[in-house]
Amino acid sequence: MTILNSKIPQGSLSQKWTNHKNAMKLVSPANKKKLDIIMVGTGVAGASAAASLGELGYNVKVFCYQDSPRRAHSVAAQGGINAAKNYRNDNDSNYRLFHDMIKGGDFRAREANVYRAAEVSNAIIDQLVAQGVPFAREYGGHLTTRSFGGVQVSRTFYASGITGQQVLLGSYAALKRQAAKGSVEMYERRQMLEIVVKDGKARGIVCRNLVTGQMERYSANAVVLATGGYGTIFFLSTLAVNSSGAAAYAAYKKGAFFANPSFIQIHPSCIPQMNEYQSKLTLMSESLRNDGRVWVPKDKGDKRSPDQIPEEERDYYLERRYPAFGNLVPRDIASRAAKERCDAGYGVGETGFAVYLDFSDAIKAQGEKMIKNKYGNLFDLYGKITGEDPYKVPMKIYPAGHYTMGGLWVDYNLMTTIPGLFAIGEANFSDHGANRLGASSLMQGCGDGYFILPYTIGNYLADEIKTKKLTTDDQAFDIAEKEAKERIQRLMNIKGNTSALAFHRALGKIMWDHAGMTRSEEGIKEGLKKVDDLEDRFYKDLKITGTTDSMNQPMERALRVAANFEISRLMLRDAMNRKESCGAHFREEHQTEEGETLRNDRDYSYVAAWEYLGERKEPKLHKEELKFEAVEVSQRSYK
Amino acid sequence: MKLTLKVWRQHSPKDKGRFEEYILQNASSDMTFLEMLDALNEQLISQDKDPVAFEHDCREGICGCCAMMINGRPHGPNAETTTCQLNMKAFKDNDTIVIEPWRARSFPVIKDLVVDRQAFEKIMEAGGFVHMDTGSAPEANTLAVPKGKADEAIEAASCIGCGACVAACKNASAMLFVAAKVSQYALLPQGKPEGGKRAWNMVAKMDELGFGSCTNTGACEVECPKGISLAHIARLNREFIKGGFITLVAEEE
Repeated sequence: MTILNSKIPQGSLSQKWTNHKNAMKLVSPANKKKLDIIMVGTGVAGASAAASLGELGYNVKVFCYQDSPRRAHSVAAQGGINAAKNYRNDNDSNYRLFHDMIKGGDFRAREANVYRAAEVSNAIIDQLVAQGVPFAREYGGHLTTRSFGGVQVSRTFYASGITGQQVLLGSYAALKRQAAKGSVEMYERRQMLEIVVKDGKARGIVCRNLVTGQMERYSANAVVLATGGYGTIFFLSTLAVNSSGAAAYAAYKKGAFFANPSFIQIHPSCIPQMNEYQSKLTLMSESLRNDGRVWVPKDKGDKRSPDQIPEEERDYYLERRYPAFGNLVPRDIASRAAKERCDAGYGVGETGFAVYLDFSDAIKAQGEKMIKNKYGNLFDLYGKITGEDPYKVPMKIYPAGHYTMGGLWVDYNLMTTIPGLFAIGEANFSDHGANRLGASSLMQGCGDGYFILPYTIGNYLADEIKTKKLTTDDQAFDIAEKEAKERIQRLMNIKGNTSALAFHRALGKIMWDHAGMTRSEEGIKEGLKKVDDLEDRFYKDLKITGTTDSMNQPMERALRVAANFEISRLMLRDAMNRKESCGAHFREEHQTEEGETLRNDRDYSYVAAWEYLGERKEPKLHKEELKFEAVEVSQRSYK
Repeated sequence: MKLTLKVWRQHSPKDKGRFEEYILQNASSDMTFLEMLDALNEQLISQDKDPVAFEHDCREGICGCCAMMINGRPHGPNAETTTCQLNMKAFKDNDTIVIEPWRARSFPVIKDLVVDRQAFEKIMEAGGFVHMDTGSAPEANTLAVPKGKADEAIEAASCIGCGACVAACKNASAMLFVAAKVSQYALLPQGKPEGGKRAWNMVAKMDELGFGSCTNTGACEVECPKGISLAHIARLNREFIKGGFITLVAEEE
């Protein structure tokens, strides 16, 4: 069995990154000009990394499927971005941020990576402010913060309810500056289909030009995937409709290990599904739980309108069960608690699958103007979708698929098991363990992109100066392009009766039922069977009309759905293997008497990294043992 | 509900394009506008026809992908609403809906309802940033920003780059798009030092790319899904004049 080498540097936790940087090789400015880097994906991680690498003098080629990098789904992050600035004097520190993340991730993340994420957090805020990101301010003109789930300090910086958009536009602007300078070349409207591996190293990509339908080849000295998560596996999720794990899957097929695929975050506060036509769910930021109180009626099936239910007949179940953190418990806990109440028959709304998020106390105490200032655009968004006014009627919310903690396995240098192939941001697995704390994805994306990858990729490229340039007429490209074309042809040739959209919806339902908020051995087995059956049908009955020589969106979706089948199996197998409950991974067989997660540290304190062995073949499990030196591993408690 | 849809079909940039009429029997008032188009495409696929290409991604009004003229109005009849957030409750049974792409010389049609908005990218590349390399930033609280200015900057910065302002304008001017960016930076100390030059460069690029002039009709403000105010155009003009002086002085020297 291959032993995964995470390449964690020597030294005490707080010295590791410094020691590592000091020991790294550098690339001289003259040599940087000779090195090409491919960046796939332009969310905060991809855009910030591409801009920073361009500034350093590398030749960067940037790819995205949208018409502009500014549309990547980081744009939809709402609540904020964490940093250990300690501006509030509430005793915050790098260590405390690190500790909150390790604990929040239920002790399933790599200590050294998480500490580094905390360590670079302050520089991110400096960077963004200098870029002109309009963060919220106090009356004195200084930056303000708010609280997020799973922490007892106030360290989340924000720009109204559109922080992700503002942070993304900051890195997008930096990227555009490099594009103007010529250090970055932009390739929009491209769907990456294959990673080209030559002599064991990632050396390029093959992608489809979504406008002309032509295959295109690009070579480089290193390839970076910043392609986000695979939350659309549930079909209905808070993600962009075209987000997917297809790029990560392409890397997995080429030999990159996939880590902890079953760790997927279900966000507790989303606008509930309202009808069968729905194509996506909309998030209501966790920041709302700063002032909103979550409750359901104390009586089962109470159909009275919320204003008719007096205070003493309401069950503020999060405050009741978790008095220390109240409404600000981590997401996995809040989601399961909502599911528990609704499954038990206490849910509200037409379907009974919703709980109230009530602002009336906050409005009474602070006034409507203040609440509007903090959450105005979120309230507007809610009003637009539901037709209800959350200033007067409590919001109705329910959990939905949101973020994937799992992803491509990377070492401390953010490199996958394929030399020269890096994964950053949500596309990798490294920082969030089994559950991500709110406002830490923008933080990780920016940290990876601005301050970590630009160093670690240089350390790798220092040895690549001597490697011969790979031309795109190399046989490795021929093979990759042939594979990509055959995949498309296979789908086009089926000529069945069912659309890719319908298959995506059906697969999403299976995954939500069998790998959603709770999992069980029996349920997983059944899920695996259903996924196989549906995939069989897919390859017999898929129908794509139109042609491949121009834009063909259903065909693009079909390619993503095809990848989703394999990712689904991977998720289910990983969930089956992990016979414990931790963070978002809740196995019904493994819970405490109070219904909380029951970890098994003796047998499962490891990262499960899966190696692809062929279509429909059982992948091979590799284990990276997790060692905790700086924190005491304990039963996570928010009571 | 039953709908008659008149949709612009154009196979490729060179194709001439034409309206085609479809009857959608099984639309529902519970759908969003894009879910209604999903349903149309499912119907077209079942009839072995090429589905309608339209741009969409986040479907929650923030990515700026979706962009179409609905009965002659960018993003349809509702104020401050993107197409993806437009609910079919805005329409009635037996309605006829005309759906076409943005119409502007600077936004050529790629296919059906999808247009090429590269011109916006080029405008951004002309100056929509602060000259600042990663790692060179001072401590974040070094410069205080009055709360009022910060709030106004967020309002300007909330532009999603969809292009509705251009589509709404009889001159196909990109003035509101440019103004939102210039104004955001002008309001913040970090963006101020190069404010005039930025305005000058971005406006010059906008002109070069064939966008029309602003004649202050205010249609852009009415149709902007993010409600970005014309006041930002006033600030752009001030910055532009500043930039003009700087450029003239530089030429004199």
